[in-house]
Amino acid sequence: MSALLNIEQLEFAWPGDARPTLQIDELRLQAGEKVFLFGPSGSGKSTLLAVIGGLVRPQSGRVLFRDQDLTALRGARRDRVRAEHLGVIFQQFNLLPWLDLKANVVLPCRFSRARAARAGNVGQAAETLLDAMGLPSALWSRRADRISVGQQQRVAAARALIGRPALILADEPTSALDSDRRQDFLDLLFAQVEAVGSSLLFVSHDRELAPRFDRALDLTDINRAGLAA
Amino acid sequence: MNLLGLAWRSLVNRRFAVILTICTIALSIGLLVLVEQLRSEVRQGFYRSVSGVDLIVGARTAPVQLLLYSVFGIGDATNDISWQTYTELKDLAEVDWAIPMALGDSHRGFRVMGTSRAFFDHYRFGNREALQLAAGEPFDDLFEVVVGAQVARQLNYALGDQLVLAHGTGNVALQSHDDHPFTISGILAPTGTPVDQQLYVSLAAHRAIHIGWESGVQRPGAGVDPEQARRRADELRPNAVTAILLGLHTRAAVFGLQRRVNEYRAEALTGIMPGITLQQLWRITGLAELVLRVVAGLVVLAGLLGMLTVLLTTLSERRREMAILRANGARPWQIASLLVFEAGLIAAAGIALGVLLAVLVQVLAAPWLLTNLGLHIGLTWPEPWQLGILGLIFLAGLLIALVPAFMAYRRTLADGMQVKT
Repeated sequence: MSALLNIEQLEFAWPGDARPTLQIDELRLQAGEKVFLFGPSGSGKSTLLAVIGGLVRPQSGRVLFRDQDLTALRGARRDRVRAEHLGVIFQQFNLLPWLDLKANVVLPCRFSRARAARAGNVGQAAETLLDAMGLPSALWSRRADRISVGQQQRVAAARALIGRPALILADEPTSALDSDRRQDFLDLLFAQVEAVGSSLLFVSHDRELAPRFDRALDLTDINRAGLAA
Repeated sequence: MNLLGLAWRSLVNRRFAVILTICTIALSIGLLVLVEQLRSEVRQGFYRSVSGVDLIVGARTAPVQLLLYSVFGIGDATNDISWQTYTELKDLAEVDWAIPMALGDSHRGFRVMGTSRAFFDHYRFGNREALQLAAGEPFDDLFEVVVGAQVARQLNYALGDQLVLAHGTGNVALQSHDDHPFTISGILAPTGTPVDQQLYVSLAAHRAIHIGWESGVQRPGAGVDPEQARRRADELRPNAVTAILLGLHTRAAVFGLQRRVNEYRAEALTGIMPGITLQQLWRITGLAELVLRVVAGLVVLAGLLGMLTVLLTTLSERRREMAILRANGARPWQIASLLVFEAGLIAAAGIALGVLLAVLVQVLAAPWLLTNLGLHIGLTWPEPWQLGILGLIFLAGLLIALVPAFMAYRRTLADGMQVKT
């Protein structure tokens, strides 16, 4: 397997901060790999995701994503890479409350033609994913704030998966769910990630989930800046 | 659904605040458009009423006052012109026609004008249109009266109806000429000018009903009965008229004639050219119009600032929404343009609604203006230059939206992928 994501000698400090938030010598992710990244709060995981998402540019180091150095790209190009190749699931507040479920799932295809093209019939792709994530069709036209948190997370997963992005970034997507639902959610997510052929970088502070992944990493080990803090 | 679609859905989600904002802008735009429309319509209405008159002559007074009391029935004359002066002016070589106006009587609130057949033959209104009778004939018998279109409509008069004139003007007349009832011989077609608001009798009739009146009251037993009056009709003529409308053979002669009228030896006269006097009137009302315009402009500004306030207030609560869009591939400029789109939709809706509102008020105000000022205002859409102003207001709305758009742009850059609060 070739490396999908390869972070080398990364250093990032937020503007105005004297000390860097991230100092990562190396972090690799293979294509199709599902990686668990243990990241308690304060370990710099949100910043790391912002760097991988191309939202912020590190002061030094390289972020190779699909053999392209994100740090060398201008903001607009990084935005395009994110729109085309990344699916994102957050801990909560994933959805636009004033759109229905289907419109929420379709959202990434609005910002990337390539992704819409990969999805084919965008509406149908959204329905297939919603169905696969166990959301009955009666809910599809409902406003996103009229469904339960567990259902919202599954909609967010469907949205991350639409248009078969190369990498799914999941930031504590299960921490708002109880234990049973957590396992159900992971089952559905894994099945779809495998079906779509994406890689998964799953960040969580819940080590119990780690055994289900191909590999587990600890951000507190990888990030020297986090250790110092 | 593109960005505009997203902006629309987001607006629909916040429809209560958005509708209020649109209403604020609509009210301000409505006021602005209305002030302009009414201003130009009222002005046109005034011009319509005097379009064929070259010179108006009255006793020495202020030009604007003469114009207002002679043609528009606003205010009263302080003095009359002698009959001799009237005949002298009428017979001048350059004068084509002269319409005498003997005012002072009324009928249920409408002015009665003693005049001659010249009124029906020569008076012009609007685009130089001649008066038409909707029914009947001009007065022939001494006690016949012709009524304006509004008078007939409002009082529900038909040909052959009898009516009694009252001495004095105003809604409540102290004494009436009830010993001389008049028969309606003709009803004028509508003109959209004060002509519609008046009744017309012959000068002889005007004289006949005033025989035996002194200082506004009738001396008992001094009047003439209608039959006596009819027999003397040919010799009846008023001692004075209130004003004279003159039409000249050539318009170029008007300046010379005006000077001669103003320097008239036998009595103190004022001659005015209606168009020029209307200009003077507009200069007087101009300040009030300016104040209205400035107020309307400030109200529009307040409307736009209201929109800015709403956009800024929602900015914080929508921060998460913007982070979601950003994480899903939206670029900062796209998020900024969402806000500009929203402002554009709000401003466009407000402007469209405001214009409709102004039109609606015009429709509602038209009957009132017709009844009270005799001015007919047409239903008009904004003129090109006004549409230009509305376009500029729309642009101003977009420009104002750049403030929250810029703030959203900055925030999305700083927030990164997710806002957790």
